[in-house]
Amino acid sequence: MQTAVIRFPASNCDRDAAVALEKVTGRKPLMVWHRETELPAGVGFVVMPGGFSYGDYLRAGAIASRSPIVRDIKAKSKRGLAVAGFCNGFQILTEAGMLPGALMRNKNLKFVCRPERLKVESSNSRFTQKYDAKSEVTFPVAHHDGNYFADKDVLSRIEKGGQVLFRYAENPNGSLNDIAGIVNEGGNVFGMMPHPERAIDPMHGGTDGLDLFKSILETI
Amino acid sequence: MKALVYVGLKPGVLDPQGRTIARSLNDLGFNEVESALQGKVIELNLSGTDADAAEARVKEMCEKLLANTVIENYRIEMQVEE
Repeated sequence: MQTAVIRFPASNCDRDAAVALEKVTGRKPLMVWHRETELPAGVGFVVMPGGFSYGDYLRAGAIASRSPIVRDIKAKSKRGLAVAGFCNGFQILTEAGMLPGALMRNKNLKFVCRPERLKVESSNSRFTQKYDAKSEVTFPVAHHDGNYFADKDVLSRIEKGGQVLFRYAENPNGSLNDIAGIVNEGGNVFGMMPHPERAIDPMHGGTDGLDLFKSILETI
Repeated sequence: MKALVYVGLKPGVLDPQGRTIARSLNDLGFNEVESALQGKVIELNLSGTDADAAEARVKEMCEKLLANTVIENYRIEMQVEE
């Protein structure tokens, strides 16, 4: 299985994502620079890593989401390419219109950096099939703009559609409905503010994130 | 010519920064401040002389990049030099 990690200026979790992917697939992912116009052939799963692409200028993820490689990934995602974005990656996916809603400044205006308990809302998805539904996992969070917002109609649509995959046990940022991670209608594009790629080794303090990578990679 | 683009949060979207600014002004004795909204201004220097055409282009810029219309509104003010 060939995977890829997209690198933007000021991505900083690209290496963490690469380590996680190699650990699960046994193969180094391709590291793809954001100026590339086309994803290399044969890539089955793409990670948009965390970080502070473009210094969060304008809005977190806004500039990165308009880069050439994202245009190609967006087009391919409509034909089923599996994509996950963590933290800044999630912000990029919402800014690109690949996931509904938006991520706003944390309600208490503070940067929050700590292990966060999450409830697995559904195991009926390609990204969570290896978890037990309603079980609890712990992933680190580290963000300033993780406050998930969507208007009433969109919120009700994603709730009814089973698109909310993770919720915070103790909401750290003001996200509506305690939403921590969502998937698109097609089930192939996933984003979350917490960092599963930083919970894959006992030295991290936990390995709860591994099953997320195993879940999606098994389906490709 | 110039275009000033004002971008701010839509009504009903929580603006914790605006709320904090209002509270801080109240603390300084400006009790008439009932609320504050924080947004941003983007000043664009544009080539060309057709203000209407330019404004249409700036609107497109707002929709494509300058505002996230899920949460933000925008307003355009054209400044044409005499």
